[in-house]
Amino acid sequence: MTAPPARSVDLDSASSAPLHPAAREVLLAALDRGYADPRRLHRTGRDARLLLDNAREATAGALGVRPDEVTFTPSGTHAVHLGLLGLLRGSRRGSAVVHSAVEHSAVRHAVAWGADGDREVRVDRSGLVDRDGLVDDARSPGVGVVALQTANHEVGTLQPVDGLELPDDVPLFTDACASMGRLPLPGGWAAAAGSAHKWGGPAGVGVLLVRKRARWRNPFPGDDRADERSTGFENVPAVLAAAAALQAVVAERDEVNARQHELVDVVRRRVAAEVPDVEVVGDPDRRLPHLVTFSCLYVDGEALVTELDRRGFGIASGSACTASTLTPSHVLEAMGVLTHGNVRLSLQRETNRADVDAFCDALPGVVAEIRSRVGL
Amino acid sequence: MTPPPGGRLDVALELDCRDVPCPMPVIELARHLGDVEVGELLAVVAHDPAAAVDVPAWCRMKAQDYVGADTADDGAPRYVVRRLT
Repeated sequence: MTAPPARSVDLDSASSAPLHPAAREVLLAALDRGYADPRRLHRTGRDARLLLDNAREATAGALGVRPDEVTFTPSGTHAVHLGLLGLLRGSRRGSAVVHSAVEHSAVRHAVAWGADGDREVRVDRSGLVDRDGLVDDARSPGVGVVALQTANHEVGTLQPVDGLELPDDVPLFTDACASMGRLPLPGGWAAAAGSAHKWGGPAGVGVLLVRKRARWRNPFPGDDRADERSTGFENVPAVLAAAAALQAVVAERDEVNARQHELVDVVRRRVAAEVPDVEVVGDPDRRLPHLVTFSCLYVDGEALVTELDRRGFGIASGSACTASTLTPSHVLEAMGVLTHGNVRLSLQRETNRADVDAFCDALPGVVAEIRSRVGL
Repeated sequence: MTPPPGGRLDVALELDCRDVPCPMPVIELARHLGDVEVGELLAVVAHDPAAAVDVPAWCRMKAQDYVGADTADDGAPRYVVRRLT
């Protein structure tokens, strides 16, 4: 048996971030205080309702929206489904969806399930959507909704959500799961979705935002809860903790983003310089501050994930052999960049220069060792 | 250059990577590039869905010419590369 690595560095915050310290105490206190049914008029019910309303107001304040535009859902995925399909159901114009080729699978599954017509708009080599193509397609008859992510979850490239000149009766849904909390929300959307475990809140909390004047109709069976857009018994403690984490992340993001942007620059520079036959992808500047993706020629993605994990580095990969579907990442495919030997590294709040340097020090040897197995 | 309609490009060497997983088709391509002369065509036959993206990407990274995709005798996807260097 091999000894465990001396260090263990989780470089996969885009999959999930640990609970933010600001959320922990809130969660523990709310577990005791917020268990009751927020619809009940007795004391404990009113208490739970108060905590739920507090969470809604704190979330709205942190995101710069109105409290009545905020709905908590059981996941980011569910928020995506509700947001996109609810706009589609409310559309008077049609039931086709125009979306970029690099949307998250939650958007793709919602489109496959609920849309009548699917127009995928191409992206360039950096993952940036063809903005004119998107707007042109949105003007086609039968298009009910346009879906465009705020930022790509695999390569970090920011999308031009703000200021798209869409027809007045074609609303925009934006999947903000990759950026919510870290970056201010863009304008121009009618509905948006976020996911708390990506900003340091607990898992099992999604945020659906629906603009006051948006034509949104529930695409699923309704319920008689505190919020007409949500269904099921509210997880009040988790929602409150998610809101506390969001507030903290927004308050510290200027400092954290500047630090992470620079650390990712270090990774981009060192990987390109120190690993032969590597392609660092995504926009180098207009990107999420904490995320970078690159692909190494002749390297099996699964071997790369396993070998880096053995050395104490937890990273994600978009390579086919690491996916449950055994197909390469549709994002890398749409960009036309190498899909094998892929690494997605996303910094945690605590990741520092020493962690990043240790990763960059280890990587060339790991890649060389895997290449040597096939004689390259 | 696009493959002739219904026909197949005439290649100097065809590599059978039908049954090997990603990234073996690209590895085989790199191993055998030197087996054809500069200007000649080299093809790799692969069922691996990643090859459709990775062969053109490899050509771009290694400054070779990606000619296009056609099919092998048995209908399997085939990716054709022209050696430039």
